Amino acid sequence: MSDEQNSVSDILEDDTYKYGFTTDVESDTFAKGLDEGVIRAISKKKNEPQFMLDFRLKAFAKWKTMKEPEWPNVHYPPIDFQNISYYSAPKQKKVLNSLDEVDPEVMRTFEKLGIPLDEQKKLANVAVDAVFDSVSVATTHKKKLMEVGIIFCSFSEALQEYPELIEEYLGTVVPVGDNYYAALNSAVFTDGSFVYIPPDTISPMEISTYFRINTEETGQFERTLIICAENSYVSYLEGCTAPQFDTNQLHAAVVELVTLENAEIKYSTVQNWYAGDKETGKGGIYNFVTKRGKCQGDGSKISWTQVETGSAITWKYPSCLLLGDNTSGEFYSVALTNGHMQADTGTKMIHVGKNTRSSIISKGISADHSSNSYRGQVKVGKNATNARNYSQCDSMLVGDKSSAHTFPYIETANSSVQVEHEAATSKISEDQLFYFESRGISRENAIEAVISGFCKEVFKQLPMEFAVEAQKLLTLKLEDSVG
Amino acid sequence: MLEIKDLHAGFDGNEIIKGISLSIKKGEIHAVMGPNGSGKSTKAKILSGHPSYEAMGGEILFDGENLLEMDAEERSLAGIFMGFQYPVEVPGVNNAEFLRMAHNARRVKAGEEEIDPLDFDDLLSEKMKMLGMEKKYKERNLNDGFSGGEKKKNEILQMAILEPKLSILDETDSGLDIDALRVVSEGVNKLRNENNALILITHYQRLLDYIKPDYVHVLSNGKIVKSGDKTLALELESQGYDWVTTAN
Repeated sequence: MSDEQNSVSDILEDDTYKYGFTTDVESDTFAKGLDEGVIRAISKKKNEPQFMLDFRLKAFAKWKTMKEPEWPNVHYPPIDFQNISYYSAPKQKKVLNSLDEVDPEVMRTFEKLGIPLDEQKKLANVAVDAVFDSVSVATTHKKKLMEVGIIFCSFSEALQEYPELIEEYLGTVVPVGDNYYAALNSAVFTDGSFVYIPPDTISPMEISTYFRINTEETGQFERTLIICAENSYVSYLEGCTAPQFDTNQLHAAVVELVTLENAEIKYSTVQNWYAGDKETGKGGIYNFVTKRGKCQGDGSKISWTQVETGSAITWKYPSCLLLGDNTSGEFYSVALTNGHMQADTGTKMIHVGKNTRSSIISKGISADHSSNSYRGQVKVGKNATNARNYSQCDSMLVGDKSSAHTFPYIETANSSVQVEHEAATSKISEDQLFYFESRGISRENAIEAVISGFCKEVFKQLPMEFAVEAQKLLTLKLEDSVG
Repeated sequence: MLEIKDLHAGFDGNEIIKGISLSIKKGEIHAVMGPNGSGKSTKAKILSGHPSYEAMGGEILFDGENLLEMDAEERSLAGIFMGFQYPVEVPGVNNAEFLRMAHNARRVKAGEEEIDPLDFDDLLSEKMKMLGMEKKYKERNLNDGFSGGEKKKNEILQMAILEPKLSILDETDSGLDIDALRVVSEGVNKLRNENNALILITHYQRLLDYIKPDYVHVLSNGKIVKSGDKTLALELESQGYDWVTTAN
């Protein structure tokens, strides 16, 4: 019986990281190293307006004075920032008039990843911006969105077409000197996605960006800016994968969200960057990301949902700045670590306006030798009368070599607030799985049932197809770790 | 239906069952009794396919098939049901959902379509009504926060849904008050028919006041030291286990 079990998990094991392939495309890559010259070169290459170059240089000057954060509960050798290339793009003809002009190899890569981009096959209800290494290669459904006034394009294109919007909002949520990696990103980011939802508009479809790192020793620094104007709504999805390399690659993105009065942004991520070798821990992505939303207008809402299943190291705190009165912020997270992965993730909810609400549901699953930390801050300012927060942080341990940690920070400067924090730790045990098996239910289905039960509150926030995928992904990753 | 031939078994290399033979035909109820440490629970575990327990000799045939080569999932699908002494709690997994998964696993095995959730709900309601179980068993999570008695009732509900050929109830009576014992026993009796069989593993004879066995076997130190009809259980009750264990 154990023979059969092994062979089943072997098959799944081989399939665990099915995105680990590389695509052979000719790319235009800068030599490694970082100085002001490189930043000017990036800006020039992208034909950027002056304000953008100034923004970058200011960030770079700031970054040089900063130190890498040491407080996260993760450990890794120092990163040599001079040993990274800061720009890599698939070589292509100057301007793409249609998707037909995208390198077929790149198109095939995305198709292999389940994200077909060409007109016939593209996903019907999701508009996709595909980012390959440092640049956006294709954006689908642009015209259809434009009909209702929604702007959805690559960041580079937005800089050319809508520079005034970018100048108005960029860096207003995550200032250039916010933290070490945000400063680095602000200096060197190469592309990303831009979304603008005009007033009184409900986006007719999901909008998504799919990130793919392809080249070894390239850093990926992308920037996402989403602005949702008065009374509008958008649901945004983000997916990420990378090939398997023995070296570590750095991914330092910045995402900024802004909601004006009564607007709502729902931002969902399924992150499956390569996590490094399961046995040795070699290779994998360093995922050092700053995501923050600003509920600027009264009555607006920002909701983050994340399913984090990859990366060697994750350092990420999607946060909400609740400025307007009656605004609300939500954070739903499932973070799975296995092998030698390390995750330090959570959120910050900053209550500034009156009657602001926030809720945090965090589910950490740690297996094998991994370490999984939740770090969350709830801060209530003195004018945030009647602010309320509810936090629930649950951990599930698989096996006895993994660890789970919870670091909640609560600060309130107003006596009318209500803050609740709950935490629980559970285990997925061999006895539970045996119980399912003794009722004729396969091990695989049993793990899926236990995990989806544990993550229920988070999965129900995801769009249907994403939830199904996320559930499968978690099951696959844990199959081998239980018992 | 079940043939156990000179079975030796245990765990971590310790032999606990030291040569048991037993033959069970359909329609029969066998009670296996014995003092603590006699090997009763090991016997139940080895029949259910618990991965920590190993057979060290002998064989078990179920409907002519070699049971020891089947894993727990296959045994269940073949028609064996184990009512656990300590059913585990599984937070987050809805009880009705769990029962439907188990029911569907059987249907898939039989080459049938999975049941429509609404049809399953009807089936479940019917079984629960038959067993006199409250609605909460549908709504709550699998054994999560259940009392000892509720867990045992839930085992019987699973048995009702799975309709096994052979059920092994391991100390189902332990930890039950008299009312719960009656509910559980009545449930088991309702599920009996001439095509299925039952093994009751118990320390006390009181369960046998409710479920009448055809045969009683007394286990001591890993062996069956005495077999008889249900009067044997009554003798045990009045004379204690020493009566049979020291006689050997």
